[in-house]
Amino acid sequence: MTRSPRSRAAGNRRIVLILLSVVVGSLLFLSVQPRLYRAFCDWSGLYDIDRAEQVSASSAIPGRPVTLQFDANSQEGTLLFRPKMTTLAARTGDIVTAVYRVENTLDRTVIGQAIPSYGPQYAGGYVKKLDCFCFKQQTFAAHEVREMPVVFFLDTRLPEEVNTVTLSYTFFEVPGGSAKSSVEGGK
Amino acid sequence: MHATSHTGYAGHHDHDSHAHPTGWKRWVTTTNHKDIGSMYLWFSFVMFLVGGAMSLIIRAELFTPGLQYVSPEFYNQMLTLHALIMVFGAIMPAFVGFANWMIPMMIGASDMAFARMNNWSFWLLPPAAILLTASIFVPGGAAGTGWTLYPPLSIQMGMGMDMAIFAVHILGMSSIMGSINIITTILNMRTPGMTLMKMPLFCWTWLVTAFLLIASMPILAGAVTMLLTDRHFGTSFFAAAGGGDPVLFQHIFWFFGHPEVYIIALPAFGVVSHVIPAFSRKPLFGYVSMVYAIAAIGLISFFVWAHHMYVTGIPLTGQLYFMYATMLIAVPTGVKVFNWVTTMWRGSLTFETPMLFALGFLVLFTIGGLTGLVLAMTAVDIQLQDTYYVVAHFHYVMVAGALFSAYAGLYFWLPKWTGHMYNESIGKLHFWLSMIFFNIAFFPQHFLGLAGMPRRIPDYAQQFADFNVISGIGAFGFGFSQLLVLVVVFQTVRGGARAGSRPWDGAHGLEWTLPSPAPYHTFEDPPPFNQAEAHG
Repeated sequence: MTRSPRSRAAGNRRIVLILLSVVVGSLLFLSVQPRLYRAFCDWSGLYDIDRAEQVSASSAIPGRPVTLQFDANSQEGTLLFRPKMTTLAARTGDIVTAVYRVENTLDRTVIGQAIPSYGPQYAGGYVKKLDCFCFKQQTFAAHEVREMPVVFFLDTRLPEEVNTVTLSYTFFEVPGGSAKSSVEGGK
Repeated sequence: MHATSHTGYAGHHDHDSHAHPTGWKRWVTTTNHKDIGSMYLWFSFVMFLVGGAMSLIIRAELFTPGLQYVSPEFYNQMLTLHALIMVFGAIMPAFVGFANWMIPMMIGASDMAFARMNNWSFWLLPPAAILLTASIFVPGGAAGTGWTLYPPLSIQMGMGMDMAIFAVHILGMSSIMGSINIITTILNMRTPGMTLMKMPLFCWTWLVTAFLLIASMPILAGAVTMLLTDRHFGTSFFAAAGGGDPVLFQHIFWFFGHPEVYIIALPAFGVVSHVIPAFSRKPLFGYVSMVYAIAAIGLISFFVWAHHMYVTGIPLTGQLYFMYATMLIAVPTGVKVFNWVTTMWRGSLTFETPMLFALGFLVLFTIGGLTGLVLAMTAVDIQLQDTYYVVAHFHYVMVAGALFSAYAGLYFWLPKWTGHMYNESIGKLHFWLSMIFFNIAFFPQHFLGLAGMPRRIPDYAQQFADFNVISGIGAFGFGFSQLLVLVVVFQTVRGGARAGSRPWDGAHGLEWTLPSPAPYHTFEDPPPFNQAEAHG
C-alpha cells in the first residue's frame, strides 16, 4: 500500500482543491446573506427593516396630552450643548420639532456624535424619529455655533402610565472619527 | 494552489538534504513541523501573557467600585483586546502548535502535507498580533466594541477598528491555510494500515476542527469586510441610516462565532482523550462513540447561533428552536464526559501533572457546560444576557476547558519534545495554584451575574463590591501562577532526568515509539502500524 511521492502529491492536490471549494462556497454563502436575510424578513414579516419611522394613520391621530422634556449633556470642556426649549406640552401623535444648540468652545475641530437616551427608558420605543442630528457623526469647526433639529412624534400606543417623556442626548467626541456627513447633519 | 502542492512535495527533498540554516534564519525559513509547532506554542504563550496582563488591568479597575485607574474607553479597549488576543492569539495557536508537533508523529507522516505553507501560516500571526496591540496607540485607541465587533459602535469607532479588521483578515488566512494543511495531512499521509477509525482521537478532533475552520472563517472574514465597506465605502449592510440592519451582523457573526467555540473546545477534547487513558492505564472507553460525538458536535454547532441573540427580538418559534437545538449539543458532549469517566473506572490511576490538569478540565468544563445549558434556556437567558453569569460560563469552558487541556498536553508531551522529564513538584504546584485561584476568580462571578451585574462596564453598584474583591484576588493569583509554566519549560528544555521513548507507561501511539527527544526528522518511511498502538 506504499505509494509513490508523485501519487501522494496528486492526492494532496485533489484534497486542497476540494477544501478551497469549501472556502469559496462559504464566501458565496455569505455574499447572498444580506439578500436572503431581507427576503426572509419580508416574507415572514419579522422585521420591517426597510421602513423608516413613518406616520401611519393609527399612530398619528392626535391623542392624549403628554409633557415632553429635553435634556443635553456633553463631556466637560468640549462642547456647549443645550436644548433651545426644555419642556413642551404636546399630544401623542403630534409631529414635534425640537432644536438643540451646539457651541464648540475649543480652538480646535471637534468630531462627535450625540447618543440619545430616554426617560423612562421603555418610552424610547414609542419615540418615532423622522429625522435627527443623532443619526450621524458631525464636525464642528473651532468656535462654531450650530442649531440642530430632531423631528419626531410619540406613538399613540404609549403606555397609559407615561405622562412625561424625557429625551436626553449626550454628545461624545469620537477621537479619530470620520464624520462623513457633517453638512447634511448640521443644517 | 499548484505552487503550494509543488512546494509540499519539494519539502521532502529539502529534508533529505539535511542542510538546514542555523540561528534566526532557521526559524524564519523552517518548514519542519516540529520547529513550526514550537514557534506556535511560544507565540501563543507570549500572547497569553499579553492578554493576561490586559485582564489584570480589567480586574484592577473592578477591584473597587468607581473609576480608579483607567478611563471607560480604555477599559472597553482592554476587554476587547483581551478577548481577541486570548481567542485568536493564545488558545487557537496553542492547539495548532500541538497539531503541528503531534499529528505527523501520531499518524506516521514525515511532516505536514504542505511544509512551506505551514511556515507561511505561522509567520502571518506576528503581523496580526502587532496590528492588534499597536492599535492601542492610534488616535481613538483600539477597538472597544467587545470581541463581537457589533455595529453600530464598530461602524463609528476610529482607525483602531480598521486595524482590528485587518488583523482578523490575516488571522483568518492563517487559520484557513493551517486547516487545509491539517486536513490534507490527516486524510492523505497516514501510515499504511491506519484507517480513519484507528486514528488517534487527537487527529479526529483536529480533522473536524479544521473543517469547522475552513467553513466558518470565511464567514467572519466576510462579515468584517462588510463592516469595513460600511465604514469607508458608503455601503449599508449594517448601517441603519442607509437601510441596513445591525442585527444581520449579529446573525453572521454568531454563525461563525458558535462553531468557533467548538474550534477551541474540540482539540482540547482530543488532548484529554489521550491523557486520561494513559494515566488510567486502560484504552479509551467508547472510541467509536467519541468519533461520532465529535462529528455531531461539529455539525450541530452550525445550527445554534441565535442562542446568543435571544434579546434581539427574534420570534418565539425561533427562540424555541434555538433553545432545543442548543440543548441537543449537551447529548454528544455528555457522551464524551461519560466516556472519559468510564475510562477511569477501575483503571490503575496515578496523578501526575498531565492527569491533574485533565481531571481539572473534566470537572470545571462540566460545570461550564452546565451553566451553558442554563443559559440556553431562553427565559433564563433574557435575565442573564450580558451579565457576569455569561462571563463566568465562558471562562469555565475557555480557561478551565481549553487552557487546562493545553497544559495537560504540554506536560504530557514535553518529555517527548525535549527528552527531559519536567519538574513534577513545580508542575503539581502550578496545577493546584491554577485550580484554586481559577475558582476564586470565576466562581463568584456566577453570583454577580445572578444578582444582575452587567459585563463590559468599568463601574458597578456598591452591593457587588465584595464578590469583585474575591474575584480580583483570584485573578491576580491565577495570573502570576502561570509564570510557573515558564520555569518548568525552561528547566525541562535545559536539562533534567532523561525521558525514555515512552515516559508514561500507559501511553500508546506511534509518537511513543520514537526516541525522546523526537529527532528532527521522523518517519521518513511510513512506520509499521499494529493494533497495540491504536486508539492512543
